[in-house]
Amino acid sequence: MNSNSDFNIKKEVILEGVAAAHGIKIGKAYIFDKKVFKAIKLEITDIDEAIEQFRFSLDKSKSELQKILDLAVDKIGKDRALIFEAQIMILDDPFLITSIENRIREEKLAPAYIVEDEMNKYTKLISSSTDTYMQERAHDIEDIKNRIIRNLSKEKWKSKIPYSRIIVAESLTPSDTILFSKRDAQGFVTDFGGLTSHTAILARSLNLPAVVGLHDATIEIQEEDLIIVDGYYGRVIVNPSENTLMKYERKIKIVTSIEDEFHDLAQKPAITKDGHSIELLGNLDVEQEIPMMKEHNADGIGLVRTEQVFVDNEILPTEEMQFERYLNIIQQMQGKEVVIRVFDVGGDKVLPIEIKEMNPFLGWRGIRFLLGNKPYFKDQLRAIIRASAFGKVKLLLPMVTTVTEVKETITLIDNCKNQLRSENISFDENLEVGVMIEVPAMVVLIQRIAHLISFLSIGTNDLIQYLLAVDRTNEIVSELYQEFHPSVIDTLGNIFKTAAENNLKVTLCGEMAGDTLATPLLLGLGLRSFSVSPSSIPYIKKIINNVSIQDCQILVDQIKKLDTHDEIMAILNNFLKTNALSIEDKIFEEVNDK
Amino acid sequence: MIEREVKIVNDAGLHTRPAATLVKLASKYKCEFYMYTDGMKINGKSIIGVMTLAAEKGSTIILEFEGNDENDAAEEIIGYFERGFDEL
Repeated sequence: MNSNSDFNIKKEVILEGVAAAHGIKIGKAYIFDKKVFKAIKLEITDIDEAIEQFRFSLDKSKSELQKILDLAVDKIGKDRALIFEAQIMILDDPFLITSIENRIREEKLAPAYIVEDEMNKYTKLISSSTDTYMQERAHDIEDIKNRIIRNLSKEKWKSKIPYSRIIVAESLTPSDTILFSKRDAQGFVTDFGGLTSHTAILARSLNLPAVVGLHDATIEIQEEDLIIVDGYYGRVIVNPSENTLMKYERKIKIVTSIEDEFHDLAQKPAITKDGHSIELLGNLDVEQEIPMMKEHNADGIGLVRTEQVFVDNEILPTEEMQFERYLNIIQQMQGKEVVIRVFDVGGDKVLPIEIKEMNPFLGWRGIRFLLGNKPYFKDQLRAIIRASAFGKVKLLLPMVTTVTEVKETITLIDNCKNQLRSENISFDENLEVGVMIEVPAMVVLIQRIAHLISFLSIGTNDLIQYLLAVDRTNEIVSELYQEFHPSVIDTLGNIFKTAAENNLKVTLCGEMAGDTLATPLLLGLGLRSFSVSPSSIPYIKKIINNVSIQDCQILVDQIKKLDTHDEIMAILNNFLKTNALSIEDKIFEEVNDK
Repeated sequence: MIEREVKIVNDAGLHTRPAATLVKLASKYKCEFYMYTDGMKINGKSIIGVMTLAAEKGSTIILEFEGNDENDAAEEIIGYFERGFDEL
């Protein structure tokens, strides 16, 4: 730092990205640099704390490895499993642990560095051997070393995250996002990612603004810089001028007044101008969202994403842990419907074990994973079935692609129910089971599974990506991920029609349900039940209350004659402007007038 | 103190499974247990140490036991080597 730095007033810089979650926040930046997970030679002062961290990282590594062993011995093969067992033994190796702890005490250096240095002695020794078998062994020791170091750095790093910052990162995993939200994060800004990335979805759930896909936010923004996140326009303003700050403070006031309007809206039912009642449910990622769901008077929870426990606990939850969580949600919802989806892991979601797949989106996901790990699946099924005694619970199956998967799961459910009966544990005998429609194959199979289940839930994100063969997280092709592609619209129409013919209720729980542009289209196509992230409820309700089904059906007829995404977007935009109102536009029109 | 030279007789040599078993066996006893090969001294109760041993079929290792229960430990562990780690 040179002494002139005090006089360097930082210049205002405006960065443009994708508006991923509504809201405006002004705050200090925290740069989340993943390079912190490295073993650096650092001197330490608190030796006891360092030893404690080291032991914790051993325990953490051990439970991670145990998880791999427990879950997937049959999938990874006996030989691989043996390696993991040996790795677990290394974590218990009294000589290794003692020598590392002694060195931490004597040399007063960071545990991660000592672990690296001490374990490298062994790998170096092995590497001098030319035997390929021994080379592999060096690799195994390398693996376990890296695992310990990662856990060490992560723990140390976690304890140092400041509170109430706007998080700036290249990208964020769901667990990063949750972790930061627990530190009262004010918003999220990332270099990569699109509208449907998990940062975006979680930010919306948490009612925090997010701007993603900024490309060089981590370069342009410095730690502790004052920044404004504008989640309406996808804009990040670094080191704003006095003038800009005042302008945004005014905008925040307007946003607050709109929130007041939403408060009034919460007391009214969702009903179209021509008198059709529409069900408006909320999607639940984390329990912290329940108050907002109640504030907006949701008709229930259309989707409980149970896989969140993997992110929170990073261990496999027991039946009892799960039961308590579900019970807590059900009781807070006071008799309103709660649809619990069983663990939907894999794809872009956390897999509780580390398995590398060439193409995870076409791999071991959802029900495939669960049916491959029946003991764990049964724990969850029992927890959900038991919880059904305390409210209106429904059970939802993710990533189903065959009739056999549905049948196999129903047999498991029946087994669980029989067990519970013999244990004299009560549950809802009429517990409804439904299937997620996320894969085009299931659209075709609806009629064949209709007699097995009682409702459908459409996951539009996956359905669109599988229908259009576009990876929604791949920026190169993300423009081809089109919510309003004519094939998507026709497919949705087919689902609603076939479901009605077969007496199946349909809820749409994907991102599309929370997109105000899509609301009139979905109503016109026949959707009567929406499940959206809690913060979107008033936006959707406002649209519903200002349109008629009849007008929406006319809109659909017009759209069916169009061939391109852009044309359809234009007509939908126009419809909103003339029939309802675009809330975001209103916010900024008023500001710009002043 | 007991000192014995043993030969690796199974095809796969002292690979991960026998290394793990060896450490488990040794850990049951209170006596010290060391293995010597190619000028290296390895603590036989340390899995990471034993994994470091490059011992293929035909190589020899010197085992050293020292402590109250050294007789029992030597008997069980030497037996395990002689049986080719139960892989013959």
